[in-house]
Amino acid sequence: MVSKKGKIWWIAVLLVLCLVPLILPRFYVYLLSVILLFGLFAMSNNLPLGFGGIYQLHHAVFYGVGAYGTALVITKSDLSPWLAFLIGPLIAAALGLIMGLICIRLSKLYFGMLQISLGSLVWAFVYRWYSFTGGDDGIHGITVPDIISSYQGAYYFALIITGLSLYVLYRVLKSPYGIALQGIRDNPVRSAMIGVNVRRHQLLALIIAAFFAGTAGTLFVVVDNTVFPDMIFWTLSLEAVIMCLLGGWLTFLGPMLGAAMIVVIRTFVSTYTVYWALVLGIIFMLVIFFLPNGVLGWVEDLYKRRKNVADMKE
Amino acid sequence: MDAVGVLNQVFVGLSRTVILFIVSSGMSLILGVLRIPNVAHGSLYMIGAFIAYTLSKLFGGGDLGFWIALVGAPLGVAVISLAAERGIFQYLYEREHLMLILLTFAFSLVFGDLVKIVWGGEYKSVPVPYVFQGFVPLFGGLPFPLYNLFLLCCGPVIAVLLWLLVNKTKIGKIARAAAVDREMVGAVGINVSWVFAIVFVIGCFLAGLGGVLVAPTVSVTLGMDHTLIIEAFLIVIIGGLGNIWGALLGALIFGLTQSLGIMIWPQFGIIFPYLAVVVVLLFRPTGLLKSTW
Repeated sequence: MVSKKGKIWWIAVLLVLCLVPLILPRFYVYLLSVILLFGLFAMSNNLPLGFGGIYQLHHAVFYGVGAYGTALVITKSDLSPWLAFLIGPLIAAALGLIMGLICIRLSKLYFGMLQISLGSLVWAFVYRWYSFTGGDDGIHGITVPDIISSYQGAYYFALIITGLSLYVLYRVLKSPYGIALQGIRDNPVRSAMIGVNVRRHQLLALIIAAFFAGTAGTLFVVVDNTVFPDMIFWTLSLEAVIMCLLGGWLTFLGPMLGAAMIVVIRTFVSTYTVYWALVLGIIFMLVIFFLPNGVLGWVEDLYKRRKNVADMKE
Repeated sequence: MDAVGVLNQVFVGLSRTVILFIVSSGMSLILGVLRIPNVAHGSLYMIGAFIAYTLSKLFGGGDLGFWIALVGAPLGVAVISLAAERGIFQYLYEREHLMLILLTFAFSLVFGDLVKIVWGGEYKSVPVPYVFQGFVPLFGGLPFPLYNLFLLCCGPVIAVLLWLLVNKTKIGKIARAAAVDREMVGAVGINVSWVFAIVFVIGCFLAGLGGVLVAPTVSVTLGMDHTLIIEAFLIVIIGGLGNIWGALLGALIFGLTQSLGIMIWPQFGIIFPYLAVVVVLLFRPTGLLKSTW
């Protein structure tokens, strides 16, 4: 478990995050909200990808469908928006179950490709169904409850939901189920031999991941009040995978760090030049070459090595 | 929905098939021999189309321009890909597929912005050469663009050339051997690294060729790589990784479901190819034809 020192750090970080909106101007608070929800999105992607060893290459489908689900319930029905915030992620999870059932028979690259084709199917539907989803325009001006409609309110909502989700994800990974999932990643054959139901474990990971991706999508609706079809497009999925890789896909918090880095880089580079994709691409190349375990993975390695040296001196 | 209309759509679909086949056969070649799922393939296709625009404009926009572009643009793309392969890809062959997908995705981001820097964000159009302007009457008197007929002739020619290259030439034989057992090929004294480079460049050449051939029929623009790359990937997957005839079959399925789907259900025509892919993969998870993997 977390050490006492670690606990103090966590409380300090949380306190800072709670106080931030009181000090920082609107733009930075918005940016922090976006980082939080993209971080949740990337971390949910990393559950099957980094810890399950599944090629989850089209995670944006669940993110986008969660967002669209929430947005459509709010705009097209009389249900309470609070209920919509739950329905969105549940729809995403249901889609995760359906797509998981279809894809899970395949492995590695084939899994990823079938997921991409199914995801493109969903995207094509959303993109063309003008009367229901607004087509390529998306849906704008979604009204959320007053208490979270201000930028500070949206930030606190994102903070609370992301925090809760991270806690749940952490507990899932530390549970016997999470350990078994990582065992499957490292050696699926042996796991099957000792009686672990590989497919069912992987399927559950896909559903949990889809649920939290849907949650992140819902948070986007709260923070930005819009949804658009690009949220389901495959380029966003690869960006999420890159967030995982950049931050460290074998660490728990790595994807959050990766998301923060990408959002910050994009925001600040794009104030100087329209060619931020170029900068981003070059950064990715450097990371793939020199930091294959990501930034946090690199820090962890460094920490371990230093500890080993210290141990040897003793 | 009459028979003539259906036939017309079939021909439209077949023209699309040719483009898809040319691009995805290149991708399949790279995937089969080098095992790189090249996301940047779509960007090279786009670059091919943009170079074609420049060359065609440079040489007066007429017939001469088109023919020069037809030769020059794929060569230009080949040079770019050679630089990328020798500069970066060759160091990463041993990495996981996931890393390679992400690396090539990074390339596609960079290429996309480079195109924006060089050519700007506006729509470009490449004129159809005079020889191929006009229409031929099809069965039932429906006019069919002459240029598309030219495309329909290109498809089989390229398929045969590619088959000859892979099966009848020495480099093709070495490449196929290297795909199965890289170390063994190296052990008999062949420089595998350069074999891989050549295969990669040939694959990218095909992407560029697809870009030139499509240029007169569409507006050349940024983002034309995004939809194509997914289509090419899916074609390669349903055809069987690394199988050229599989790429042809996949391209046929994709092109025809697309054009006929639009007839059946105009609003959601674009979902039919994806639906076909799902159906194929459900029953043949590793593709229709034998994969080289």
